[in-house]
Amino acid sequence: MMNRSLKQFGEMLQTKKISSVELTQTFLARIAQHNPSINAYIALDEAKSLAQAKAADALIAAGKASPLTGIPIAQKDIFCAKDWPTTCGSKMLANFVAPYDAHVITQFDAVGAVNLGKTNMDEFAMGSSNETSYFGGVKNPWDVERVPGGSSGGSAAAVAARLCAAATGTDTGGSIRQPASLCGFSGLKPTYGVVSRYGMIAFASSLDQAGPMAKSAEDCALMMNVMAGFDERDSTSLNREKEDYTRDLAKPLQGLRVGLPKEFFAEGLDASVGKVIDEAIAAYKKLGAEIVEISLPNTGLSIPVYYVLAPAEASSNLSRYDGVRYGHRTAEYTDLMDMYCKSRAEGFGAEVKRRILIGTYVLSAGYYDAYYLKAQQIRRLIAQDFVEAFKHCDVIMGPAAPSTAFKAGEKVDDPVAMYLQDIYTISTNLAGLPGMSVPAGFSNGLPVGLQIIGNYFDEARMLNVAHQYQQVTDWHLKMPQGIE
Amino acid sequence: MALSIEDIKKVAHLARLEISDADASATLTKLSGILRLIEQMQAVDTTGIVPMSHSQDLSQRLRDDIVTKTNQREAFQKNAPVLGNGSTESAVAEGLYLVPKVIE
Repeated sequence: MMNRSLKQFGEMLQTKKISSVELTQTFLARIAQHNPSINAYIALDEAKSLAQAKAADALIAAGKASPLTGIPIAQKDIFCAKDWPTTCGSKMLANFVAPYDAHVITQFDAVGAVNLGKTNMDEFAMGSSNETSYFGGVKNPWDVERVPGGSSGGSAAAVAARLCAAATGTDTGGSIRQPASLCGFSGLKPTYGVVSRYGMIAFASSLDQAGPMAKSAEDCALMMNVMAGFDERDSTSLNREKEDYTRDLAKPLQGLRVGLPKEFFAEGLDASVGKVIDEAIAAYKKLGAEIVEISLPNTGLSIPVYYVLAPAEASSNLSRYDGVRYGHRTAEYTDLMDMYCKSRAEGFGAEVKRRILIGTYVLSAGYYDAYYLKAQQIRRLIAQDFVEAFKHCDVIMGPAAPSTAFKAGEKVDDPVAMYLQDIYTISTNLAGLPGMSVPAGFSNGLPVGLQIIGNYFDEARMLNVAHQYQQVTDWHLKMPQGIE
Repeated sequence: MALSIEDIKKVAHLARLEISDADASATLTKLSGILRLIEQMQAVDTTGIVPMSHSQDLSQRLRDDIVTKTNQREAFQKNAPVLGNGSTESAVAEGLYLVPKVIE
């Protein structure tokens, strides 16, 4: 039952084999049973979820259902949802109740999907293991001693443990794709500007992008049909015609040119992960794809560039948390400066403070050209690498993460080692390109994700490429033990 | 470019983050590691390369100069923090937010 696709859940609802209220109750019961050991959800509100389910059942009865009507979706706690606690994984916002809906939430509401709850995440989406959350780490359902990846770790664990039908995430440097790889499901980061950032708490605004986290490529396509679309309230939202992301799913892959960047298979890649990726590439050859060797020569620079640009943008975005109008305010203070400094020191965790300090440093007088401007110049070189590569191939493939899920605590004291988790994902954020991770097999019982990178606005093709692979493999249907 | 404890304290002040001496010292070690990573950029010749601030080269959209937002002060002020300094009241009064006196 829990392994059903969104399409199958939708058919069950629309043929009245199950009601949305029953389906929502089933998921809430699973959450009650498994969440204490996984910590995927940090806010649940049974009454609100069931009220939405009831309304969805009325829509279905009235014949007004669309594919996601009545389907319970987990929302990353970075999205403001009216009257729901919205914390972004931070003590700073521990008592914040959103007074309005993010565009993404509005889109799901408009089709009658059910908000099943808010999911745990790295604080302000800064992390690759979900260990920076104020609300505690999330356990990887495949091995509870290991991390689920991050920053969308709660959504990742919820999808992997089948504690939701699908979930939302956000990806600034890999926060959808790396957890999708570590938890064994399908996750898509769209082209920058395709999904509105309105009401999505900002980390690094020129890189942040929301996307679906679900079992299969087909599920991701159905989620994209709801999430994508122009929104004038986000100044970087792209005014494009509405797309049906499912339109190309069935296309054969004969003649597809798959580019393999040699830099993605070099030093730093775990050999057993590399083997799984090689097998996935072999499956694509069988499907008729042609393999092209390509080069993305500036891949190695993506991490240094990212750790200038993202903290610089974050230090600016997070200056709004001053303890004046909302968020944490310190209990005892002498004057306004003292109130700011103490409230921020207490409200933010160690990793967030580190990034604010780096950002403030690289933007401070005398260092701007050497760091920020230099990083923006190399960002262009990285984007140009992709432009060149896409002259020779239709999609790019490689690993989504250099290793499988690592143990909790293993990298927490070494920020640089943690940052290297995103070596294969960050460059697409810098270039603004879409990327996804799909389950490609296992290494020592832990999931491995294949990354598929597409050209700008090529999400439908990437979903087609992933879907065809999922027609000949069943990695995306594997579930961790002990959760059925 | 080596960082010092004084640099950390100065940047922390610019970022309005209180930092103890012990924390500044621990932060120095971690930030130095991150800056070493960032220094890899300096080996790249970027002469003549136009900085890229966004992936889509868009110009800012303009909208008509009309009111689009309604006043939601009461809803927003529900999220006001606790006043502090012995008071457990919300830091609002008469529709305003309360902060320490800044003008004598």
